[in-house]
Amino acid sequence: MAEWCAVTGIGQTKHGARRGDVSIAGLVREAATRALEDAEMTWRDIEAMVIGKAPDMFEGVMMPELYLADALGAVGKPIIRVHTAGSVGGSTAVVATHLIHSGVHERVLTLAFEKQSESDTMWALSSRLPFAPPIVAGAGGYFAPHVRAYIRRSGAPAHVGMEVAVKDRLNALRNPYAHLHMEGINLEMVAASPMLWDPIRYLEACPSSDGACAMVLTNEANAGRAPKPPAWVLGTAMRSEPVMAYGRDQVNPQAGRDCAADVYREAGITNPRKDIDVAEIYVPFSWYEPMWLENLGFASQNEGWKLVDDGVTAFAGEMPINPSGGVLSSNPIGASGMLRFAEAAMQVRGQAGEHQINDAKVALGHAYGGGSQYFAMWVVGSEKP
Amino acid sequence: MQDVAVVSFAQSTSFAPDPLRNEVELLLPVMNEAVERSGIPKKEIGFTVSGSCDYLAGAPFSFVSALDAVGAWPPIIESHVEMDGAWALYEAWVRLQVSDIDSALVYAFGKSSIGDTNEILTLQHDPYYVAPLWPDPVSIAALQARALLESDGYSESDLANIVARSHKSAMSNSSAQRTSETSVEQLLSAPYTVSPLREHDCPPVSDGAAAVVLATGDLARRISERPAWIAGIDHRIDSHSLGARDLTSSPSAALAARNAGANQGPVDVAELHAQFSHEELILRRAIGLDNGTAFNPSGGPLCANPIMATGLIRIGEAASRIMDGSASRAVAHASSGPCLQQNLVCVLEARDG
Repeated sequence: MAEWCAVTGIGQTKHGARRGDVSIAGLVREAATRALEDAEMTWRDIEAMVIGKAPDMFEGVMMPELYLADALGAVGKPIIRVHTAGSVGGSTAVVATHLIHSGVHERVLTLAFEKQSESDTMWALSSRLPFAPPIVAGAGGYFAPHVRAYIRRSGAPAHVGMEVAVKDRLNALRNPYAHLHMEGINLEMVAASPMLWDPIRYLEACPSSDGACAMVLTNEANAGRAPKPPAWVLGTAMRSEPVMAYGRDQVNPQAGRDCAADVYREAGITNPRKDIDVAEIYVPFSWYEPMWLENLGFASQNEGWKLVDDGVTAFAGEMPINPSGGVLSSNPIGASGMLRFAEAAMQVRGQAGEHQINDAKVALGHAYGGGSQYFAMWVVGSEKP
Repeated sequence: MQDVAVVSFAQSTSFAPDPLRNEVELLLPVMNEAVERSGIPKKEIGFTVSGSCDYLAGAPFSFVSALDAVGAWPPIIESHVEMDGAWALYEAWVRLQVSDIDSALVYAFGKSSIGDTNEILTLQHDPYYVAPLWPDPVSIAALQARALLESDGYSESDLANIVARSHKSAMSNSSAQRTSETSVEQLLSAPYTVSPLREHDCPPVSDGAAAVVLATGDLARRISERPAWIAGIDHRIDSHSLGARDLTSSPSAALAARNAGANQGPVDVAELHAQFSHEELILRRAIGLDNGTAFNPSGGPLCANPIMATGLIRIGEAASRIMDGSASRAVAHASSGPCLQQNLVCVLEARDG
């Protein structure tokens, strides 16, 4: 690796069901401008851009990097658009780190967004593939059988999913940018919410959000001049597996385990539960917290739910997960992965405000997508490696 | 910088619309051919990256099924850009610069025949002010062609000359859809599609795929007799607002060409992603190419245009001229967006020893 990479600026929008006050261009500018301000940079300082979002049909704009070139100050510069399904926000950041690690660029802006209110995500996810049977069930319908399989395998009690739903919404009350601010949320409210895709209840599912997230990444020399403490990228990893493969375990996918092993090796992490202070992981449906705790090695197989049940993953717990409120509280799909990466970086920079975890020095950002096939992760730290 | 070379290239044997095969089926033989030709066992390839567009299939995540063609099991290190495969190749080149891996597989596919590209491509425009007018790509290209003809002393014969040359060159390309030996006079007698463009000034509707294998220094030298070394690669974008641009020029192509070092030596061959005949005139000038260069010896996008793979094929075709010894230095160009909005230039060369 030619160069170390650091996060020196982070910005995000106020996420909401419908940001009717801004266009798509206005939304991305809101996040990008905040990231530049945080890094005390101007558009002129940025050499290249890497942007990401989920399927173009979520807004109805084909290859939107073309339309956004002006809004992102990209005219005359290189701009790349990444798309790796739901993991895209994370993958986009990883691709941007390569531009720094390789020495090709010194200062890169990376940004991910989704403006779900421009179109209909459920429709866009349910379109008839030309050569395949239609699913017509959106993401919840796709993942509910995996959740049922997890519950059956692990013997987890039914309330664990609801505990995650409550915990993340309570955390979101500490995050001014979160879409959902549900004062007084409790287990009874979640239990009383409609069953959407058994066993996933309405309040155990992520919202549909408009939002964007941006980060300024730089090499070591530029990070040395940064006005605020940088987050150092200690490791990055991406892994993918196919839709169909004999023996593929969609509940505890090998691509996720391999990706975690890659990122831990690169970051020098031998015991994630001990070596990582806080993690922001991609939990669009509540049960994915215990599922990913196992996939990521924070718990052994079928034991992840116990960490939830024992309060280990709560804000004041020993291994806080999603202190920002997570995807369950804000879900601008394409940006959701980058928000995990950015929130991890905010923790080690000490800039997470009300949802800051004390003494967070090493943090994990995690994203997944497709049918639990695409994984992107990074580990960031407060100390230069 | 880490030395990186194209060590193999494969493309569909035919780009004619193929109602019988889906994207995975189009891709599978092409990818296998590229990997086999490279001599690198598939499991040893360090990074895989692709380019495609959901809107062609009219379905989200069309690239996800393509993973089945890759055979991504056990799970692979992989990425995807919603851009022409040429930008996937750029991402792979950057990834190889990190120097922890020594090879990468790049692929792209497009099945334009299942939709109406004239409708679909309107969705590339500003969604609030331009796309609602449904400006089809041929009409938009015709605006640019008209601006060029009226400003620079070019005539419709210049366009027909490019078409005649392209169709004739394509006769030696077994994958090409359009091949002919037609005179300029015959071409000019055809009716306009959108004045000043005739059907032959516009690309055909194509289905197909392409794949390239990249390798770094020692590995490339070991597995390839004559690798096509990437001497420079860069990409830039222009403003999206057509009204704010001088449509007769391409500043982003010129800048990318300069940064890639296109003019630091003679150019034997140029493969240009000119989907409309007039675009070649703009690109020649922007990149700084003269008549000493052979333009689009494959026939170019006027003879086969599998959208999302067309740019990657330019790099593959240019690299093939280096690898087969017929050229020493070549320029490949890829483009994206209305009126050549975004441009990538890749300079390839042979090296001794």
